[in-house]
Amino acid sequence: MKICVTAAGNTLDAPVDPRFGRTAHFMIVDSENMSFEAVSNTAGGAMSGAGIQAAQTIASKGVNVVITGNVGPNAFQALASAGIKIVVGAYGTVREVIEKYKRGELTETRAPTVGGHFGRGRGMGTGMGRGRRRQP
Amino acid sequence: MAVASGKGGTGKTSVAVNMALSIGNVQFLDCDVEEPNAYLLLHPEISRTEPVYLPVPVINEELCDHCGKCAEFCSNNAIFVSPEKVLVFPELCYSCGGCAIICPRKAISEEQRKIGTLRLGSAGDLELVYGELEVGEPMAVPVIKEVKRQIKNDRPVILDSPPGTSCPVIETVKESDFCVLVTEPTPFGLHDLKITVQVLKHMGIPFGVVVNRAGIGDKKVYEYCKEKNIPILLEIPYQRKIAELYSRGIPFSLEMPEWKEKFQTLFNQVRKLAGK
Repeated sequence: MKICVTAAGNTLDAPVDPRFGRTAHFMIVDSENMSFEAVSNTAGGAMSGAGIQAAQTIASKGVNVVITGNVGPNAFQALASAGIKIVVGAYGTVREVIEKYKRGELTETRAPTVGGHFGRGRGMGTGMGRGRRRQP
Repeated sequence: MAVASGKGGTGKTSVAVNMALSIGNVQFLDCDVEEPNAYLLLHPEISRTEPVYLPVPVINEELCDHCGKCAEFCSNNAIFVSPEKVLVFPELCYSCGGCAIICPRKAISEEQRKIGTLRLGSAGDLELVYGELEVGEPMAVPVIKEVKRQIKNDRPVILDSPPGTSCPVIETVKESDFCVLVTEPTPFGLHDLKITVQVLKHMGIPFGVVVNRAGIGDKKVYEYCKEKNIPILLEIPYQRKIAELYSRGIPFSLEMPEWKEKFQTLFNQVRKLAGK
């Protein structure tokens, strides 16, 4: 089974990145033999639709399951339409969460866990409307 | 002439509306389509209402072979292609039309999606145009463009801008002969004023400052304007009567006639500075 874990680094000992669309890397791991491909996320800086672009990347790699911290509404819809299972709330290293998943300790979600623009840095505001509505 | 501010709630609409009423026979465009409010002060009679549409892609799944070229092309990531299905996220679409052109199977056509409403009306000799973005829609610019398409060249045009310095503000102030920047003499007012000044300088639009709620805060806005050679065109004091009239939806120059003259002077000054 091909499992994709969002990760802050590109090794099996890297911590899980809680963001899906704006994660640093996708660790695409074969759960049978723990061989992996590290894909750096080109969607991280997208103005909009980072989650959708990230889902596109993962879908093209033939991934069966995504393990991450949170997933937004658009990414959720995209992943679900591609038949990819989504596990959220994961923490620890890539290796640890894959072991946990194999032991059945992580469950799949059926709904997005955050609103849009979750993974954007503080101070970036909310995309298109940034710098607006600053009243005392 | 555009009226902008950077910081929200400094008095853009108050200044724009009072100036419009004081000079008379102007076209007033409320470009803050996310929260239009000039109509609350102008009490217009609306004569025409039109929907604002944006074209968005529709996929013909029978023709589509899920090659993914449309999703690859879309810089806004508004299209997702899975092996069996194509998802379109219309609220992310900028309506560039590129996906339909690039599709090798001609499987993409466009449909019209309503994103807002244009309203036209009048209050005395003043013509009012404003837009209203649908709730939940993120893109104000296409609605602002529609508002600005109504500009007539036979009389002065006053554009009431949204706050901030992002795309909706740029769209509003662009091609203006002059921009009045309304600020308040506080650190917050100054902070956002500085950003807006940078934007206008970059766009090559001449500008001047109106200080609203003069008397509160500190002197830093005045020092900054002096240092940067920015003309302070008018000061409106922090006064209970002005606030009370505003709260009742009455432009203060109507009840305080001395202000009518001040706004006329402001407008003449703007004309001179804009070379018009």
